[in-house]
Amino acid sequence: MTGLSEKVDVIVVGGGGAAMAAAITAAERSARVLVLEAAPKDFRGGNTRHVRNIRYAHNAATDFVTGAYPVDEYYDDLLRVTQGNTDKELSRFLIERSEDAADWMTAHGVRFQPPLSGTIGLDRTNAFFKGGGKALLNAYYATAEKLGIECRYEAEVTDLVIEDGAFTAARVRHQGREHTVEARALVVAAGGFQADIDWLKEGWGEAAEGFLIRGTGYNKGRMLRVLMDRGAQTAAEADQCHAIAIDARSPKCDGGIATRVDCVIYSIMVNRKGQRFYDEGEDIWPKRYAIWGRLLARQEDQIAFGIVDAKANDLFMPSMYPPLKSDTIRGLAKALELDPGALEKTVAEYNAACRPGEFKPEVLDGLATEGLTPPKSNWARPVDTPPYYGYPLKPGITFTYLGVKVDKQARVQFTDAKGRTVPAANIFAAGEVMSGNILGQGYAGGVGMAIGLVFGRVAGEGAARLVSN
Amino acid sequence: MSRTEITELQGDQLADLHQEARRLMTICNACRYCEGYCGVFPAMMRQTAFSDRDLDYLANLCHGCNGCYYACQYAPPHEFAVNVPQAFARLRADTYRRYTWPGFLSGLFQRNGTLVSVLMAGGIGLVLALIHLFQPPEVVMGEHAGNFYAVIPHNVMAWSFGGVFLYAVGVLLLGFLRFRRDTAPRAAETALSVAGATHDALTMKYMGGGGVRGRMDGCNYPAESFSQVRRWFHQMTFWGFLLCFAATSVGTIYHYLFGWQAPYGYTSLPVVLGTVGGIGLLIGPLGLISLKRVADPATQDGAQRGMDTGFLALLFLVSLTGLALLLWRDTGYMGTLLAIHLGTVLALFLTLPYGKFVHAVYRYAALLRNRREQRF
Repeated sequence: MTGLSEKVDVIVVGGGGAAMAAAITAAERSARVLVLEAAPKDFRGGNTRHVRNIRYAHNAATDFVTGAYPVDEYYDDLLRVTQGNTDKELSRFLIERSEDAADWMTAHGVRFQPPLSGTIGLDRTNAFFKGGGKALLNAYYATAEKLGIECRYEAEVTDLVIEDGAFTAARVRHQGREHTVEARALVVAAGGFQADIDWLKEGWGEAAEGFLIRGTGYNKGRMLRVLMDRGAQTAAEADQCHAIAIDARSPKCDGGIATRVDCVIYSIMVNRKGQRFYDEGEDIWPKRYAIWGRLLARQEDQIAFGIVDAKANDLFMPSMYPPLKSDTIRGLAKALELDPGALEKTVAEYNAACRPGEFKPEVLDGLATEGLTPPKSNWARPVDTPPYYGYPLKPGITFTYLGVKVDKQARVQFTDAKGRTVPAANIFAAGEVMSGNILGQGYAGGVGMAIGLVFGRVAGEGAARLVSN
Repeated sequence: MSRTEITELQGDQLADLHQEARRLMTICNACRYCEGYCGVFPAMMRQTAFSDRDLDYLANLCHGCNGCYYACQYAPPHEFAVNVPQAFARLRADTYRRYTWPGFLSGLFQRNGTLVSVLMAGGIGLVLALIHLFQPPEVVMGEHAGNFYAVIPHNVMAWSFGGVFLYAVGVLLLGFLRFRRDTAPRAAETALSVAGATHDALTMKYMGGGGVRGRMDGCNYPAESFSQVRRWFHQMTFWGFLLCFAATSVGTIYHYLFGWQAPYGYTSLPVVLGTVGGIGLLIGPLGLISLKRVADPATQDGAQRGMDTGFLALLFLVSLTGLALLLWRDTGYMGTLLAIHLGTVLALFLTLPYGKFVHAVYRYAALLRNRREQRF
């Protein structure tokens, strides 16, 4: 069947982890569910296509995590990375409700892998999906099919009919035709707006032009805009997002994990002027990778270059794109289209500030520069062994945080005519589109998946409850 | 890629197979999401650069389970167009051609279906012609209470088939040694690497799907959903083959060591081994052929279908004729059935080094290197 139902119980907008958790949960409670995914089938699943793991609270080691990660520790981590910029009650709720995440996922076909070498230091706190996010999506969609959920691809929701604060129908463009589908409840799990560069400019100005979109190109924030226009309250600012350093040669969209470059802590990072601008060795990489997207975004042309020498080039994961290479700093500068004199000066000053000491690549080794601004606090070895390698890096945005405000039932919060906050009767939100409630700023790996799963399930429960009443 | 294109692979296209495999491994090594599926990705992660020989090794370590294809965020139509199972299948076929002996016979891999048919018809015809030439019709058509040697003297059978078999084994061994020399130079096997690789081969470990104990769902074969069915059919084929081989070996020992001559009773060891193995060799190949017919072409190297099917069909026919021979060995059909059976066996032995069977040789060499390197 390729048509579109005219009336269902629950419409889920989106096709990623949050959407499918909501759809499956509602369908298991006997609701008739329609999933409207804007992307074609091959690219279904939003950013979940590119994820790898979920951060969830657990009290003991299992087959796929190496130890306990109690609720309190998770909560402290979240407070630290967001610098308190979070709805503390919702965060606590999220973390407590994450405890059965792995069980729920396993029961719905998702498979985890044992903690292996590639699990980037997160093997205690995060469970890794065998095969990654697309494998997870395949499992969810197979489950959805068994449950009789109607999933439609290339089905873009263009507008919502909302009467007296209640959702009644969605306007859908599907296979070139306009449809109106009625439903008794709506779950919006359509992602952030990171693929809409114009919207990004509201937060970032012209710098947004230099951003690459790590994930799906279909997350343009249409649903977020519609809900905001109808008076939904928002959480987080327009410039807040999860962004990391990725190879500048990556595709504009959908480059995913393989475009990531991990050279930073063993490198010196220079901007277009050939100058350093931040302490590359501030902390271990898993704790710092998420700040470099924002740092790069503030550089000229939103680009910077990681410079390493032969003795450092094998210390981090190999990159998908080969680095530029030269036997001299001058040659490398030319290859990177930098001012050779400026780069030579930066490297010379940095090398002069390096001090002897033991280099330990796996731990904070305290091998710091002296008298250099900005300093390099760890792993500061001279860049002096040819050949030299240069990695051009740009900010790669994963997802935006600005979203609709929700309560613990995942109901979207509206402001009524008298200025009061009222939860929507039958509109729920889950995933990136409401991530700003939890993530006011900062990021910790695997939190996005937790938000999608927990609020997706809560939204599915709430929607199903409305239908059964 | 059409059949003719792959048949006429020349030097530069051959380089393309390595180039494509290298491109994929470079992307995969920056991603590593599939490390939980099989041996290929952890083996890849032990390296940062890939020589042609490394890629030959990785391609032969790949069991074609397709887990990584359906899980891949970069699979076509994504612009990175990552399709590891197909690229490795093509490269594997290429290693079969490059490592065979004598080199001028490497073209047989591409015309394997034809080769198998011709040799089978020829083999049956030859054996039939020979027995009619050397034996009077009343012997060929007569009843011998299961005594094959009444039609074909034991020595003739043993020497001719033993000779062909040894040739096949020699060519296979040569391929193994040359492949191993190239892909794992100066490597010394240990008891541990041999035991480990043998375990991985006998259990078909990498058709299991990998992951957490009790949650291994098998291959994405013949299509996207997970299934152990390919592993089962392959195990039946594999153990069926081994049991039939064991039956022959036991028979040989009986004959030479104890002087016990065939025919052996229905409950004797050689007949029981042969019958059980034979049943495996009926179900297994038939199952694998039927799976192949519905397999997702996206993950397959279509050019190898003739080779795969030819080998499987031959195994099936060897078993079918062997069981028929057992069933009717007391009748006047024995002589003719024997000729047909021996003709198929002759074709099987002759095509062993020039068809799908060779995958076992290079797969085992790859499993050995994999186990050696796992220790580091």
